[in-house]
Amino acid sequence: MDLIGIISQVVFFLVAALTLAAAFATVLLRNVFHAGLALVGTFFGVAAIYLMLEAEFLAIVQVLIYIGAIAVLILFAIMLTRSLMKNEDSGMNKQWAWAAIAISTLFLGMFIVILQVPWLLNTSVIGTDIVPFLGTELLTTYLLPFEIVSVLLLATLIGAFIIARE
Amino acid sequence: MINDIPLVYYLSLSAALFCVGLFGALARRNAIAVLMGIELMLNAVNINFVAFWRYGSVNPILNQAGIVFALFVITVAAAEAAVGLALVISIYRSRDTVNVEEIDLLKW
Repeated sequence: MDLIGIISQVVFFLVAALTLAAAFATVLLRNVFHAGLALVGTFFGVAAIYLMLEAEFLAIVQVLIYIGAIAVLILFAIMLTRSLMKNEDSGMNKQWAWAAIAISTLFLGMFIVILQVPWLLNTSVIGTDIVPFLGTELLTTYLLPFEIVSVLLLATLIGAFIIARE
Repeated sequence: MINDIPLVYYLSLSAALFCVGLFGALARRNAIAVLMGIELMLNAVNINFVAFWRYGSVNPILNQAGIVFALFVITVAAAEAAVGLALVISIYRSRDTVNVEEIDLLKW
């Protein structure tokens, strides 16, 4: 393996470790506000993973929408329900041990399947800017889902406004 | 770059992230923390979509179904977060708690 290969792998493991550490912090931290900040770290890590997969547009969308909109929305909601920002005695409910056992089993099963399946790999180089092709596809092949999801977003925003209104 | 990192790495990372998010959704008490676990799971699924788009399709330039699907997932996640947080704030106003163990009005 050449030098670039080694660097790529090191970068991948660093990013993956940071993403997973932030995800664990999101789930395990008692203070919900700190958990929300760790969630922002996870979103950044996932954006870096998108960059490694050469999906640059999606990485930008991840930063703009997930961090810029969803994470900020979550932090605002945490601050609006402020009495919970103080530490609880325990952030977990009664079923956490059973959940941990079941989910560990699930992860082991998924991991074994991932290792055993002979994935077909295409590692050809993408030499061009793919965003124009993405735009063309969104407005031709996927035009109907695109419009439907726009209406869905409008409807949910109106619904959220009505639900949260006093 | 793409040659150096096997698809299995991305799939394993995605599986781990999904399991962590599932644990958060099942085991946390705070309703907002449950929503954060769901966001983690959606992110894990998106990593899978993009990884299979990059490694799995014959022509990743002309066939961008994986990226389009990930975009739709992000949009629906935004909608879900907006409605979910509005519900949480509404519940907090009326019952003064966001602990999912105390919100049991529909439980028999």
